[in-house]
Amino acid sequence: MLLALRDWIDARLPIMRAWNTHMAKYYAPKNFNFWYYFGVLSLVVLIIQLVSGIWLLMSFEGSSERAFASVEYIMRDVDYGWIIRYIHSTGASAFFLVIYLHMFRGLIYGSYKAPRELVWIFGMTIYVALMAEAFMGYVLPWGQMSFWGAQVIISLFGAIPVIGEDIVQWVRGDYLISGITLNRFMSLHVVALPIILLALVVLHLLALHEVGSNNPDGVDIKKNKDANGVPIDGIPFHPYYTVHDLVPITVFLFVFCFILFFMPEMGGYFLEYANFEIANPLKTPEHIAPVWYFTPFYSMLRAVPDKFAGFLVMAAAIAILFVLAMVRQKSS
Amino acid sequence: MVNDGIDHGDGIDFARRRFLTNATCIVGAAGATAAAVPFVGSWSPSARAKAAGAPVKINISKIEMGQMVTFEWRGKPVYVVRRSPETIQGLNGHDEIFSDPSSLASNQPSYVNGIHRSIEGKEEFLIIVGLCTHLGCAPMFRPEVGAQDMGGDDWYGGFFCPCHGSKFDLAGRVYAGVPAPTNLDVPPHSYETNNIVVIGVDQEAS
Repeated sequence: MLLALRDWIDARLPIMRAWNTHMAKYYAPKNFNFWYYFGVLSLVVLIIQLVSGIWLLMSFEGSSERAFASVEYIMRDVDYGWIIRYIHSTGASAFFLVIYLHMFRGLIYGSYKAPRELVWIFGMTIYVALMAEAFMGYVLPWGQMSFWGAQVIISLFGAIPVIGEDIVQWVRGDYLISGITLNRFMSLHVVALPIILLALVVLHLLALHEVGSNNPDGVDIKKNKDANGVPIDGIPFHPYYTVHDLVPITVFLFVFCFILFFMPEMGGYFLEYANFEIANPLKTPEHIAPVWYFTPFYSMLRAVPDKFAGFLVMAAAIAILFVLAMVRQKSS
Repeated sequence: MVNDGIDHGDGIDFARRRFLTNATCIVGAAGATAAAVPFVGSWSPSARAKAAGAPVKINISKIEMGQMVTFEWRGKPVYVVRRSPETIQGLNGHDEIFSDPSSLASNQPSYVNGIHRSIEGKEEFLIIVGLCTHLGCAPMFRPEVGAQDMGGDDWYGGFFCPCHGSKFDLAGRVYAGVPAPTNLDVPPHSYETNNIVVIGVDQEAS
């Protein structure tokens, strides 16, 4: 009965072909190590963020008068609101943790080299979109760090000569950071960027499955196939890696839940104390630093004694990772 | 079939077909551009946002010597500092530590002096926009001369931005070697009486 239904659908939508291409007959190298866990973990965090985000939006209000109070309402009055919010805030840091480790894996094993340049470029684009998503999400609770973080990051565009100040005003939609800015950031954080992120993740995976995964030894498994055309050094992704990946997912969820229940603020690194105070446009908090995953960029801005040069150094720090795919092709 | 723009007798005019394709693309692109106008334009400040920029009147008579008071103008902090004659005198004589000691590249109304940065005769009061010219944080008031954490002997009192460490003196002039490019802005302002200042209205116009 179920098989008949499957065949009926398969005659109209190629579900078996898709399953085989991406799971049952997708051959991955058999020598993956610890570093290859973080791709699947970032998918896990993506789902955590999507689900918890949808639930948060059921109680969050995006106006400058109500945003801060509605977060307090979620924390105190909504049943299980506190855990859903902490899942989302811990998930933001977890996302960057696994993404940074995933990127580091790509760097140490040369996963950006041919034929995986596009996989790497899609991945870098995901990283940039994720930074925008995280930044806009951090503005929504409308605390002191939300406001002044937005002030600094939007003002960065002002460092661009000639047109900079007009861009800043266009992005803010006002002459200062205001409820207008908050509203549009909510729209982008909740609708536009998640759609873009999901599309990029699909492209990242399709491009990966076309060329296949790299591995610690750099062996090209497609060069050594048996009589049936199956790579000898490869194993089907399902069931081998689906089961294999359950182990890191379980370990990850243990750590995630420990942080979630015992230290969701992580000593001010995941949720900053200054953000428990409502936005005050007249006073910057005395101790201001971004959340941990943006600290390298913060240090660059602080270290360079020139506004435009600081902006360029920051932009170059990201651009250099993009062009990695184009350089060092012959060196290995 | 050869696409060489010549009628081969099969009734297809490729030149006409290419022209129609190109024309459709151009008209379509123009239409898409026109359709983008409202989407891009709706991000500009709304009429309500534009209307919120009215001038404010502030009373400065209650400010103690050496004290700073923050007022709000167009949603921005405006700092008013009452400076002693010694403080004003102390602004001179160490130009080399500033990026723009005479405020030539900085944003201030023409009727404001470039060194003490007040209207002539009103040197006692420094009136500046309390937003760092680097990335817009509100600098902290640090009036203690020679504060060790601010650089000791090179610190004559002023403002310190907690975001990226820019420093300004008690005339809002930026120190050299910090990220901020220019001195703190002086807003347009005028004295209605000795005690009442209007922020947002120029001196000549009042």
